[in-house]
Formats: sequence, structure tokens, C-alpha cells
Amino acid sequence: MEILVCARRVPDTSENEIELNSAGNDIERDELVYSINEPDNYAVEEALQIAARIGGNVTVVTVGSEDDEEILRREMAMGANQGVLITDEAFNGSDARGIATILQGFVRKGNYDLILTGVQAEDGGAQVGGMLAAMLDYPFASLVNSIEVLEGRKLKVSREIEGGNKEMSEIDLPCVLSIQTGINEPRYVGMRGIRAVASVPIPTFGASDLGVDPGAVGEAAAKVKRVDYFILEFGKGAEMLKGSREENVDKVLELVAAKGGLK
Amino acid sequence: MVEHLQSVSQVTLWLVAWRTLFLIIHILGVVCFAYIVAKRLVPLLRAERDLRFDQPWARLEKVLKFWLGQWKHPRYKTAGTLHILIFAGFILLAMRAFTVLIVGVSQNFVMPGLSGRAGDIYGVITDYAATVVFLCMVVAVVRRLVFKPARYEVPARFGKAHTADAVFLLGLIAILMLADSLFEAAKVAGQSRQGQPVEALAALSLPWILKIALLPVALATIGKVYAGAYLLHEVTFYFLLCYRPFGIQFHVETSLFNVYFAKLDREILKPVRWGVSDEHLDQVKSFGVKTFEDFTWKHMLDFYSCADCGRCSDNCPANAVGRPLSPRFITVKARDYAFRHYPVFGRGNNAHENNGTALVGSKDSGSIYSEDEIWSCTTCGACEEECPLLVEYIDKIVDLRRGLIDDGNVPQSLQKPLKALESRGNPYGKMEKKKADWANAKEFQQVCQVKTLNKSNGADTLYFVDSITSYDDRMQSIGRATAKILDHIGENFGILGAAEKDSGHEVRRFGEELLFTALRDHNVDAIKASGVKRIVTADPHAFNALKHDYKDVPEVEHISQVIAREVKSGNIKFNPVENGDKVYTYHDPCYLGRHNQVYDDPREVLDAIPGLKRVEMTRCKDRSFCCGGGGLMLFYEPKEEQRMGVKRVQMAAEAGANVIVTACPFCMVNIEDAIKVAGLEGKMTAIDLAELVDQEMVREEQKAV
Repeated sequence: MEILVCARRVPDTSENEIELNSAGNDIERDELVYSINEPDNYAVEEALQIAARIGGNVTVVTVGSEDDEEILRREMAMGANQGVLITDEAFNGSDARGIATILQGFVRKGNYDLILTGVQAEDGGAQVGGMLAAMLDYPFASLVNSIEVLEGRKLKVSREIEGGNKEMSEIDLPCVLSIQTGINEPRYVGMRGIRAVASVPIPTFGASDLGVDPGAVGEAAAKVKRVDYFILEFGKGAEMLKGSREENVDKVLELVAAKGGLK
Repeated sequence: MVEHLQSVSQVTLWLVAWRTLFLIIHILGVVCFAYIVAKRLVPLLRAERDLRFDQPWARLEKVLKFWLGQWKHPRYKTAGTLHILIFAGFILLAMRAFTVLIVGVSQNFVMPGLSGRAGDIYGVITDYAATVVFLCMVVAVVRRLVFKPARYEVPARFGKAHTADAVFLLGLIAILMLADSLFEAAKVAGQSRQGQPVEALAALSLPWILKIALLPVALATIGKVYAGAYLLHEVTFYFLLCYRPFGIQFHVETSLFNVYFAKLDREILKPVRWGVSDEHLDQVKSFGVKTFEDFTWKHMLDFYSCADCGRCSDNCPANAVGRPLSPRFITVKARDYAFRHYPVFGRGNNAHENNGTALVGSKDSGSIYSEDEIWSCTTCGACEEECPLLVEYIDKIVDLRRGLIDDGNVPQSLQKPLKALESRGNPYGKMEKKKADWANAKEFQQVCQVKTLNKSNGADTLYFVDSITSYDDRMQSIGRATAKILDHIGENFGILGAAEKDSGHEVRRFGEELLFTALRDHNVDAIKASGVKRIVTADPHAFNALKHDYKDVPEVEHISQVIAREVKSGNIKFNPVENGDKVYTYHDPCYLGRHNQVYDDPREVLDAIPGLKRVEMTRCKDRSFCCGGGGLMLFYEPKEEQRMGVKRVQMAAEAGANVIVTACPFCMVNIEDAIKVAGLEGKMTAIDLAELVDQEMVREEQKAV
């Protein structure tokens, strides 16, 4: 099975202290460390497991710049057969629809049976997977937390519903799935693995290679634009109630009502 | 009727000359033994290399101490005493056994040097030796069957009890001793009945008693007993010889070699591959131990040499709290694997299909260890400290982890901290620029100035802080106390600040060798660039890494060593402790105590504080009980019934202490948590040695008064 995983490089939320820049329209990026978007890592692991079970080829693709090669190499160290970097000046500032348009161009050049994305980018809005499927006219399942390959070019996938229960669906190939974290336990990528793929060439594609109209993507074509960040102000801290249980219950009701929480 | 006692080599029975019979048994026994041993050596020849042929004198010293001297045995009084007696008996009886074997084919054989008076004396000694060994066998069997020491038990998950095999082997040795004594007794009884000059038998020894029993018996019967005892001795001897390589008694043969080839410098971890330098590691195809053949030949010899005494697991903290790990079965399972895949009879499946069975994984796929088993070890070293045969465990665990890391099989809980170590140089993912925040806090700077070393700002001494003390709010107090002590004794010191990365001590022990070397190389460069002449740290894990894992860095000391020296020279003096109902106990951190033998310095410091009451826990010094492990171990979520720290805190309570003093930030994390979990909050506290010294030492202004 030919599997394509769309991945993205994001600031690692567990290893950074995210602060706003002075203009207030972006985060301070000077000392950030980046890593692969976590759900994308689960998607690659799932692709590798499917390929190991039934055979196949795993390609990881990202839209970005040379810096993003870092995550492609990490996923190749995990076992992905190849990494592909899609980069072009014209792509800068694309919104989710722009990214989906670019990826669509890449998918059409290949022959992929299964396309996986992470459920959402840690700095994104879970849009690209669905849009990509629509542009390709492929079936789409989101929030997938298990995949079983069936006979006759079909998959059985599940997503978690209320109360930890699972909803099972059948879906025809080729399709796009957005992968939920927890679907598997991604393998560890050690220094050794990363060094082993350090000099493997990574093919690069631009707008003309993919047949993407530069006018349809990039900042100019973006219809959704980030205008500002808003950060919550910390309150003064908790107020400790010191009374009997009954007194405290009354006091809590009173406080909540005073703030308009009870009508 | 036989008129006189025939020499055994001249007996003829059923037309067979026994001399011929004995000759056949001799040859058969020796050939069988040689064949079995050769088969046992097959896996060793397919194993990884291990460079253990250097320093013969240092190795002989080990043999004298640990093999001939039975150095570790008295740590277990009853079993140890029994073993020393049996071992001494075997050594003394070796020549006698050899003589007896030859007498079967050559009646007048006397071992050179053992004729006449020397022979008489040796005879008396061996009479007693055989008696003592025989009695030890009886006691050992009774212990196994009646008293059943807990450490011999086999938990259900590891299979069936080994009691039957143990008793069988003990019984065989008892029979051997009995046969030997009966042979001797019959000879002397015969001599006596024939009015010949009799050899002296040691009074009250087994042969002596048997002789008295035989004296009233007819000479012909004595003759039969004489020949029969010899045959029994002969058969038992060779049966034992050939049976031992199938079980735990193989150590009788292998122990000498196992001790000779034992690791000389225990603190230096085994390299990924012997003979491959760090620069060439990239060319190594596979890291660590994945299949049985990835073990080194010495590690396989360890498996053969284990005597199943259970002392390792009896002292293993992981085993004590119900983690899946039991060091004894790391060995036993590997030996069983070797026996299964390299059998003495038949081909087994050892040829090629065998290679590739992962040692760690699911039982169904033929694996012998579970991943949890391998991650459960805190590398505290209690097992190795105890093993009388010097079996190595830490290197094997680390090698198995290297294999797991190489295949990407790392618990999810460890992946984040490992990734953070790679990108940020600390397991918490904290910003590098905040590494010196503990020292730069305004209130602290008013008390003590700590400079961050750079090109224009040098110092004699580097205080290597390491990650936990730099970033953890609670442990920063240990860092500040350490800085204040160094400042107080007038040390010209500084820290590396953002340039200091994690020492990588646990990174290496968790098997991520290349990440460790990256961290190490970075730190070595930073240390060299700082131009310091010596290093001090308050973290035993960093201490151990800098001392043994790093190369070409200045000499390193733990702060407790510095304090002890300054106390002796009078530079540090203490105020008397006032709170009279406090009872202190010192908990030895594994990497300060067992791994670096710093036991006395911290105790001397405590005892120098006037009025401080100190008690010792039963498990102390080289038998200290690990608090739960440091570094990456803090992130690992083990399967266990209880926390190690809780057990340790209870030990302190049993000793009558209410303050636990330790000298390691990781011990502090585990012990303070454990005090809460054990419900001892308010009754028990923990304090770091540096914090206590900082609190109690006489300051300048006080000195003046």
C-alpha cells in the first residue's frame, strides 16, 4: 500500500515557554525549539505499522522551508521510506485552504492509496485534512483511532465517541484520514537513527513542479488571516473558603450567583 | 573365600577385571565431560568479543580474594559459612580424589609428596574434610527442605521451584563423601582384620566411625564393601562431573574463570562494542543486545556461573517492591535459553534460525525478558555488590536497553524527556537561559554571589550543578546551600550556566549512548573552555558521570568530600544542634556510596556537629537500599506494588530516626515523596547534607563573637 503522511513542524509546547512578541501579533520565536507536530508522529507510526503488516511504502511530506527538513529526517529515522519537502516563495503565508491546495497538487502527481494527517496541528485548526479530501474528491474520516485493512480496497476505521466508546466505519480506498493521538505508541527515534539518515537527499518540489497556480495560494490568496493573539490575564489567585461544609456550599452558591453564573 | 583384602584394581567380578572396568569408566567420564564442556563453549564462540585478557596480576588478586578467599560469602552468615566449609573441603579433597581415581587402575599409586608422614597428615585432614562436607550437605538439605529460606523461592512467573534439583545435587555430593569415607574405612578395617599395620584415621571422622562399624564384619564382606564403595565413588564422581554442566553446579568448574575474567573497573560501563572507539560507533550495525549472541562471551560465562543463591534478588530494590525485575532470573532465564538453543545432545535450533529471536519482547515470540523487566532496574548496584561469583548485571541491563533504544522500543513516558535532552540539554525541556536562575535570584545574590564562567570571568573550581538542581524549585535549595558552603570556605568558584547541559548519566544508563556522547562532548568542551582546575558537584549522578564516564576533565569531588576535609582542617565549624528530640540517619545514595565508596565522609561530617544524634539503618553503606532511582528514572512509570522510597522511609523509622539526611537531589525527590505516601508527614523529614551543613555551620560574624 502506498501511504502518504502529511506532517508539519511546530514549536514544541513541552519544551518552550511561549511568549508574545512585542507587537502582539505572533509568538516570540527566537529561542524556540521545534519538533514534529505530535499527532502527525502518530500518523507516521500508524503508516509504518500498516506497511509492516501488509507491505507498502511510506512517504512523509511537509510544506515549508529548509528548516522543516529536520522533521522529515526524524520520520525517516523512524522508518519512513522517503521524505519530501514542498517549498516555494509563493507558498508563504498560505492559509489552510492554500496548504490543502498545495498538497492536492502533490497527491495528484503520485499514486497514493491512503493519505494520513494528524488530527490537527498544535498551532492549527484541524482544517487541512478535510479540505484536501474534498479537493481530491476522496472519502474522509476524522479523529481516527484504529485502522484495520479489509479485503477489496476497504478500511475499517474507528473514532472515539462519548464515554470512550468507539464508532466503527468502513471507508473505501483511496481516502484521507486524520489520526488521533493514542492510536498507537510511536517508536523512539534515537540519535543513531537520525545520524544514519542525515545525508539522505530529500527531494524538493515547488509550485511549477506540482502544477499549482501561485495565485491560488500564498498570502495574497489567503482568505483567513491571523490578526492578533489574546492571552488571558492571570487572576489574583484562589480564594480559600474556611468554614463548615454547609457554610461553604452557601458561600459558593452566593459567589457564583453574584458573577452571573446562576439565574 | 578371599583370604586378604584385594586392591580394588585386582578385583574380578563376573569375569571382568575391575581394573579394566575402572579404566573404561575413567575414559568414558573424561570424554563425556570434555564433550559436554565443548558443547557449552559453542555459544561463547559465537558471542561478541570482550577484552578481558589484560592485567593478569590484578586478576589473580581477584581470584585470591573472591575465589580462594570467598570474600563475599560471610555477608550471609549461615549460607556463607556452609559454603566456605564446602569450598575448603573440596579444595583439600581435590588431591585425594585424584589419588583415589588412579588407585583404581594402578594399585600402588601415591601422589608425589604425599608418602610417609606428609601422607598421614594429609589423610587426617581429608578424613575431616570429607566429614565436614558431608555434614554441610545434610545441613544444606535440611535448610532447603525444612527452613526454606525465602530467597530460594521461585515466583510463579519464573517457573517451578529449583528445590528438587538442588537437593539432588547436594545428595550426590553427600554420596560421594560417604563412598570415599566408606572406601577408606573398609581399607583400614581390612588391614586391621588381617593384622597388618593400619593407617591412622582421624578420630570421630566419618571414615573412623564407619571403620568401627565394619570391624566386626567378616573379611570377605569388608572386601565387597571396599570394592563396592570404590565403584560407587567412581560412578558418582563421573556422574557429578558430567551432570554439573546441566545446572547450577557448573559454577564448581566455571567460578575460577568467572572471577579471573571479572570486570576490573566496575564503575566504567561496558562500551557499546569492545574495541570500537566512540568515533567509529556510527559504523556499528546494531547497538546493544538484541539476540542471545549479542552478549559477550564473558556475560555468557556469567550465566553458566550463577549458583542460583538468590542473593542478588534478595538485595534488589526493584524485586523488593514487586517490579517485574529479579536479577537472579535475568541470569537463570538466559542460561535456560542457552541450554535450549545450544543443547548438548542433538542440534537444537542453534544454527541460523536461532539468530534473530529477540530476547526482549512478548513470550509468544520466544522472548525471555519483558520490556518492563529491563526498564525496572535503577542500576543501584546492590546485586553486583552481593554476588559471590562477581556476576555482572548493570552492563547487561544497559546493553539490553541499548538494543531496545536502537529498535525504538522506549516507554512513552521516557520519550519526551529524551527528546528534551536532545533539543534543550535537560530532561524537563526548560530553556537553557534559565539554567542559572537559581543563582541569579536577587535575595540569594545578596547572600552569595555565584559567577557564571566565561572567557573574561574564570575560576579555580567549577560547581557542576546538573539539571535537577538547576531547574527544580525544591532542589535549587541544595544548589544554594552548596554555593554558600563553597563561598564560606573561600573557594574561587563559578558555574557554567546556560553552557552546562545535563551530565547524561542516566541517558547513558538508559542505553541512549549517542545522545550521551553528544551531551558529554558538549560539557567537556565547556569545562575545558572555562579553564577550571577542579570540579565539585552535589549530585552523585553527575559526580559519577564526570569521574568515570567523562575523559580529560579536571578532578571531580562530591561536596560531602569537600566538607569532610574542611571540617577536619577546621575551616568549617558547627553550632551545637538545639532541637534535642531529633534523631538523624544517613541514607547512602547509590552513586556516592556503592559506586564510589564514599561512605565515611558524610558520616564524619554529621558526627562533627555537636549534639547531633545519629543512628544507622540496618541497610546502610554497601547494603544501602535505593530510593527509587534518579535522572530519567523519575519519568519512568514502573509496575510496582510499592515505592522503593516508601520502603526506605520505613527502614529509617524502624531505626528510630526522624530526620533522613541524604546527599543527592534525586534521593531528596524520592524520599520527600515517600514520606508523604507513607503518611509520615510531620513525623519524618528529609534534608540534604549540604543544606544541613549550611544551616549549622558557624559563620564569620558568629566566629568573631
